[in-house]
Amino acid sequence: MLIQLEKIEKIYEIGTVKVPALRGVDLLLGKNEYVAIMGPSGSGKSTLMNILGCLDTPSGGTYTLNDINVSEMDDDQLAEIRNREIGFVFQTFNLLPRATALHNVELPLIYNGTSAVQRRKQALEALDQVGLADRVHHKPNELSGGQRQRVAIARALVNRPSILLADEPTGNLDSRTGDEIMEIIEDLHEQGHTIILVTHEEYIAEHSNRIIRLRDGLIERDEAVHK
Amino acid sequence: MRILIYMWEGVRIAFDALKAYKMRSILTTLGIIIGVTTVITIVALIQGLNQAFSREISAIGTDTLYIQKFPWIMNDNDWFKYRNRKNITLEESERVRQLSTLSLAVAPSIATRRTAKFQDKSVESVIIFGTNADYMITSNAVPEYGRFMSENDVHENRPVCVIGWEVAQKLFDQADPLGKRINIGGRKFRVIGVLEKKGSMFGFNQDIIGIIPIGAFQSAFGAQRRSVEVEVKIKSPELIEEAEYELTGIMRRIRKLTPEKENDFAINKQSMLLDTYNKLTSTLWAVAIGVGAISLLVGGIGIMNIMLVSVTERTHEIGIRMAIGARGRDILVQFLIEAVVLSLSGGLIGVLVGFLATWVVNLATEWVTVISPTNVLLSFGFAGAVGIFFGYYPARKAAALNPIEALRYE
Ligand SMILES: Nc1ncnc2c1ncn2[C@@H]1O[C@H](COP(=O)(O)OP(=O)(O)OP(=O)(O)O)[C@@H](O)[C@H]1O
Ligand SMILES: [Mg+2]
Repeated sequence: MLIQLEKIEKIYEIGTVKVPALRGVDLLLGKNEYVAIMGPSGSGKSTLMNILGCLDTPSGGTYTLNDINVSEMDDDQLAEIRNREIGFVFQTFNLLPRATALHNVELPLIYNGTSAVQRRKQALEALDQVGLADRVHHKPNELSGGQRQRVAIARALVNRPSILLADEPTGNLDSRTGDEIMEIIEDLHEQGHTIILVTHEEYIAEHSNRIIRLRDGLIERDEAVHK
Repeated sequence: MRILIYMWEGVRIAFDALKAYKMRSILTTLGIIIGVTTVITIVALIQGLNQAFSREISAIGTDTLYIQKFPWIMNDNDWFKYRNRKNITLEESERVRQLSTLSLAVAPSIATRRTAKFQDKSVESVIIFGTNADYMITSNAVPEYGRFMSENDVHENRPVCVIGWEVAQKLFDQADPLGKRINIGGRKFRVIGVLEKKGSMFGFNQDIIGIIPIGAFQSAFGAQRRSVEVEVKIKSPELIEEAEYELTGIMRRIRKLTPEKENDFAINKQSMLLDTYNKLTSTLWAVAIGVGAISLLVGGIGIMNIMLVSVTERTHEIGIRMAIGARGRDILVQFLIEAVVLSLSGGLIGVLVGFLATWVVNLATEWVTVISPTNVLLSFGFAGAVGIFFGYYPARKAAALNPIEALRYE
């Protein structure tokens, strides 16, 4: 199994108040799956994605990624997992504003010590894959929303990660641009990538093979999509 | 390899930030600029002084001792004590010369100022030395042409003189002075030699002098009641301590001092001047170090302050970097580099302004300044160290951020 979640809990503490965001999530996920996570606002989707992406650590339960127990790792090890195994696409793009598209995409390779020549080659390939070969020297404020999200996808891909996580990747885009992004994601799935996607839109979730519905920090339903 | 790659990223980020916030960066590094400028300038002044001083003092050899009534360095109060000492006599000088085994040459000398005349030309305030033939060795008084006084000249009190380069120039112009009789303080002396040009030492022009046999000096200028100075050239500089010891013993024996009596003479040497000089310049050093340290401290706090601002401003960016795999220490190194780039830029500007300041001093005053590479490198090094020291706390703060919270920060 690629991903194995057992009784994952996440409790936020605000002062003395405890907010349970996840209340025991069990999940098995294989290679090259394409999963959509849905659920009402506040149901814990982003919290789950952050834990899957090793950005955040669960309050309880175990998370096994590629047969490695991630829940016991320290900060540096988690950083390396994020760098090697995970590609994260955010709703708000999260690009470095002063860096060019190329530099943004090269960034993960900088932190794993890839040489400059190799870095440039891989980054250009990734940008080409999302159809931005002609925008490599543009800065984020010189790009449209859709183009920014494509830079972010290229950055997520560039290190050839095991999973691609996308938290409402089309949330800040109009529907036509959103469709373009979904096409790219679908292509990536066809090329063998494993994809987990959070969305509020049924028609977007329908692109996936499996829909997991969360409610109040628990999996309410987990069903395959029939096309 | 990996560290080099993200260090380079750190340098790149640092220069981006410098470019984006030019004014802020310059203001931040002001303390460092002032500190480095001060240190560069003061140290250049001190080293200029050192150079000038060692050039001047080189005329007093490290292998020469001076037996005199007064020590060179004394307090105002001591003067009265030394004043009552017996004068050092020509006879005592002669005894020292006979008894000393470590000396190469022993020359008694007395001096006075007199006007020198030849025909219608004259030079005022010529320093006239009465001494013996050894003076050529003890004072390195080498004739450029003609000869120095011989033992016989001195012994028989012949009215001969060796004159300084400038005296010869002024009295004779192009003509040959050798064999001419000049008038010194009302007496006639035959010129037998002209000394090499020597320049001046401690404001005393060594080329406006005349040297005559000490006996002739005493009978001409009636200086029997003055103390002579005994110049002793030692066989080699390493023997100076031993020679000082020997001369002290000889003088005490000549003067029949019982063991409980203090020396009633002084043995002077170059290192006494050096010591005093070093004490003087140490004050300057203290100023340089004090001002430099305070400015660097203020500069360091400025850097810490601006780096804390920078960490806060870039919290979101730190979150992004962490999300794609930057470890805490990668972020730490990045911010340290930024602090060092900032402080080194201040250092660079400081060095340039320091060069400018010393240049202005050179133009405006007689003061010689010397900027040594060590001085520049040291100032630079300090600036860099300040960057690391004061940048560490903000950098560690950045490194300790939680990725998800940093990402959420707007
Ligand atoms: N940093 C936090 N501190 C405290 N509570 C939090 C924090 N992040 C999330 N929560 C709480 O945890 C619960 C789940 O939040 P989460 O962001 O995972 O929801 P979501 O399903 O992504 O919602 P949305 O669809 O609006 O993005 C919510 O009740 C939220 O208020
Ligand atoms: Mg969310």
